[in-house]
Amino acid sequence: MSIESFMQTLVFGVFVGGIYGIAAMGLALVFGVLKMLNIAHGELLMLGGYATFWAFRSFGMDPFVSLAIGIPILFAVGLALDRTVYHRIVRLLGEEKIKNSLLVSFGLTLVIQNLAVWLFTADERTVQVAYAGTGLNLLGVTLPYTRLLALGIALVTTLALSYFLHRTYPGKAILGTAEDFEAAELAGINIHRVYMLTFALGASLAAIAGTLVTVIYGISPSIGIVWTLKALIVIVLAGTGSILGAFPAGILLGVVEATSGAFIGSTYREVIGLVIFLLVLVLRPQGLFGRNQ
Amino acid sequence: MKEMTLTKRTKLSVFRWLPQAGIILLILIAIFFPRLVDKQNTWNIFFLICLHITLGQSWNILAGFAGQTSLGHAAFFGIGALVTRILWLSGTPFALAFLVGGLAAVTFGMIIGAPTFRLRGAYFAIGTLGVAEVLRITVSQNLPLISSMSGPLIAAYNLPARYYLALGLAIATTGAAYLLLRSPWSLGILAVREDEGAAQATGVHVLRHKLLALSLSSFFAGLAGGLFAFQQISYYPSAPFSPLWTFDALLITFIGGLGTLAGPVIGAIFFILVREQLAVNLVEIHQVIFGILFILIVLIFPGGLVEAWERLKRIFLTTKDTKVTKD
Repeated sequence: MSIESFMQTLVFGVFVGGIYGIAAMGLALVFGVLKMLNIAHGELLMLGGYATFWAFRSFGMDPFVSLAIGIPILFAVGLALDRTVYHRIVRLLGEEKIKNSLLVSFGLTLVIQNLAVWLFTADERTVQVAYAGTGLNLLGVTLPYTRLLALGIALVTTLALSYFLHRTYPGKAILGTAEDFEAAELAGINIHRVYMLTFALGASLAAIAGTLVTVIYGISPSIGIVWTLKALIVIVLAGTGSILGAFPAGILLGVVEATSGAFIGSTYREVIGLVIFLLVLVLRPQGLFGRNQ
Repeated sequence: MKEMTLTKRTKLSVFRWLPQAGIILLILIAIFFPRLVDKQNTWNIFFLICLHITLGQSWNILAGFAGQTSLGHAAFFGIGALVTRILWLSGTPFALAFLVGGLAAVTFGMIIGAPTFRLRGAYFAIGTLGVAEVLRITVSQNLPLISSMSGPLIAAYNLPARYYLALGLAIATTGAAYLLLRSPWSLGILAVREDEGAAQATGVHVLRHKLLALSLSSFFAGLAGGLFAFQQISYYPSAPFSPLWTFDALLITFIGGLGTLAGPVIGAIFFILVREQLAVNLVEIHQVIFGILFILIVLIFPGGLVEAWERLKRIFLTTKDTKVTKD
């Protein structure tokens, strides 16, 4: 393999990894604060992707601009899901909570996916922007504009979330609740409002990831569970409890997948994520950026 | 004049022998009913019920008894189907292919179970979900063509024989679950479900008990997959890896009653009969209905039909102390 094609593979790994990072961040946020694992996160991502697709199809809106529509829609979906389903689980304790969240969100995965097939048909949809196919050429390595933009948005989102969590009042309330919900409640934080806000924020992050996925890969109702899986692997890699660590961990997964996929053949590329998952559990169960418990 | 207290139960003893009678009746129906009707459709429905009893019961052994939530039961089912199909179609005797399929599923179970069971939390669920999805995608990319039985095999195809194999497997799986509950292992397994830390503290080897439940569970799920591979004339090799198989196992167990022997049996009968109706009338959204039903059961009535029955029994069987006067 020439240096150039290796570099190209590496760069594409970074691009893909940025999306993995954003897809995982929403899940990590919900997991870190509500201590629930939302298997339906990928389905929220899929819904976000459809919001982008319809904005593009109906109004010719640029997919990156349509985030302004997709994010509020998914924020509302997140609020609704929290009110109807998840707030019943968040009251449970410990193992019972995580187990029930797994079961319920797995059921929800099926519901949302089949509703999407019913509403949007099972066809794969793509968004073709005018500047697709064009890009920068840097020392023989192609950097398509859509992917550069996607990576940029992923990065900006990570920084914005970091600012929100560490520098603003509601953000600090979220982190405080993640740390110790009883102490947070004693300090006067309305933790149920925090849970609701966090879940809706997680759904909004899924909307961003869904838009990026739609622009770069296209979308169909069945993609949800695949992205849930990527997000779960990234979370384990980053370390459960590390929210912002999802971004570098996502990039790492993207790069490792891309480079090793070039060696073992792309049809076996999916296996790598699973191997990484198992290796991390055996060698470093607290993850790369997680705190030692 | 003496007063004595009699506990009146005799009247409603019907509730006590009903389960035994029900089991015998169920087996008799399972053996003779399809033979009497002898329609393709009836054989098929009975086959599906038995396949789903096996699938549900195998999930129940792991999640209901040992408390370990697997979200990738389709992986075990799929591996059983894949291995059995490949071996069988390439000329291995079916019985051997069937057994190897089950053992292959156990092998994959151990690969996921050994590292994830050491940690608490959701790692096992993530691992099983991961292995199922990764296998589904990898199999569909590497074996994209439909797998069909050869001409001579189709000519010799005998659905009733396959049904009786399925019935045997359903009884064997439920029997194994029963024996497991009667064995000395059951105390450890149930202790792990109730409180892992306390089990560990009282000297239960937690990992070993989890792995025991997992190996039984994955073995029967793998055999169920082998049965699927034996019954289907043609299917895409990635089809048995679909997350829908996992969902079916979950739903069946929860409809019937998680952690009970009868649960998956009742759940499977209910599920298949209702699904056959819904799939005809509401093709597109019957999965949505099942999904919502499942969420409602988990959130509101996690005991399922067995729990409903127990409650009913309690209402009628409350021992009434009656005073009887004797001269």
